[in-house]
Amino acid sequence: MADTTVGCTVNGVARRSTVEARRTLADFLREDCGLTGTHLGCEHGVCGACTVLVDGEAVRSCLMFAVQAEGCEITTVEGLTSPDGTLSPLQAAFREEHGLQCGFCTPGFIVSATAFLRDRPHPSEQEIREALSGNLCRCTGYQGIIKAVASVAAEGRG
Amino acid sequence: MKPSAFEYHAPRSVEEAVGLLSELGDDAKVLAGGQSLVPMLAMRLAVFGHLVDVTRIPELRGVGPAADGSVTIGAATADTALERDAGLGRTVPLLPRVTPLVGHFQIRNRGTLGGSVAHADPAAEYPAVVLALDAELAARSVRGERRLPAAGFFDGLWSTALAPDELLTSITFPVWSGRCGFGVAEFARRHGDFAIAGAVVGVELDGDDRMRRAAVGLFGLGPTPVRAGQLEKEVGGRPVTDCDAAQLGAIAVSDLSDVPSDMNGTAAYRKRVGAAMVARAWSSAVTEAQQARSGQEVHHG
Repeated sequence: MADTTVGCTVNGVARRSTVEARRTLADFLREDCGLTGTHLGCEHGVCGACTVLVDGEAVRSCLMFAVQAEGCEITTVEGLTSPDGTLSPLQAAFREEHGLQCGFCTPGFIVSATAFLRDRPHPSEQEIREALSGNLCRCTGYQGIIKAVASVAAEGRG
Repeated sequence: MKPSAFEYHAPRSVEEAVGLLSELGDDAKVLAGGQSLVPMLAMRLAVFGHLVDVTRIPELRGVGPAADGSVTIGAATADTALERDAGLGRTVPLLPRVTPLVGHFQIRNRGTLGGSVAHADPAAEYPAVVLALDAELAARSVRGERRLPAAGFFDGLWSTALAPDELLTSITFPVWSGRCGFGVAEFARRHGDFAIAGAVVGVELDGDDRMRRAAVGLFGLGPTPVRAGQLEKEVGGRPVTDCDAAQLGAIAVSDLSDVPSDMNGTAAYRKRVGAAMVARAWSSAVTEAQQARSGQEVHHG
């Protein structure tokens, strides 16, 4: 009764599925598309691990239903990597600057920071900290994450 | 953490949306940006058989041009759009100024002005702005359109004067002109959290630096946003130099009777924070108004 169809583009691939209306975009990406790079931490919009781009804007995929993505273009952390496996500058910087330990929060940070640097290519450190405040990390103490984002901004390769 | 099953509706017009609300009754809920509703559904604090998604209705989105001294904003306009709108900084400066304090940017990309106002969280910024500026709210149902004043709209905790079958369609804000200044201050434990207490202030001075009008909205300090009526009355016509910000902060919280106490702070603590926030917002609003020269259009940053 509550099933509905959704058509959207995920990392450049057109998808059409029948899903329950209550299926969140995050569950749709993980369960229906098999894209498990999008992580679910809190499932109520606090931790930011599930952040994806919807039509270019960073959003919490746990706070959006898959059916609401009808006609939208979705980019997940997998979609930021080149088809040949080359990491995006930000992904590489997270590795270089020790921006991750367990890695659970990393997809959300990378997707959020990708959108942030696109809109604000030359941020101050304060702006970086503010932009990252919507993502929680329980390992790193954030210093490496901030350095990673700052290094990409400094090199103008966001 | 999964919502219970519901049926999803995506009307393409206001007419279709209010038809659905009328037909489905209490079992239906309007879904806008979902940044408050979806967590409540996920935690099953709220259960609805039907969700009516209003984000696909073009007429509910956008900031209208300033006309007749006012600006009308579609209820489903995203917070981010208010932040980016070039004109609002001049016409209704409080809106773009409070927006960066609403959640995080990922939340603001989905959250909407009307969603926040209809949800009516007492600690939210937009309801306080609506109340302080005496905005007018337009609501539609199959029975027709109502225009509701902000005063009385927020009638209880997470409760408004909207009937269950009514859809908030737009909010009209007055445009202040003359020597005006605006300020916002809030205290939250972490950036992006709901404020423990906060205040929005608008002031207008006459050519002799006397208070022509003052509007002060408080949030986080009661079951609803609150207007600091006594403060506004006391400063009327007074020279701005006679208005001591700290004293005004104390007046603003003096007659609050229903201040929440919870794990984030006791009522007494919240009142102290609230008084300090009023003082801060007042000072920045007054400074801005004093810098605006008489008779010139003010360009609010």
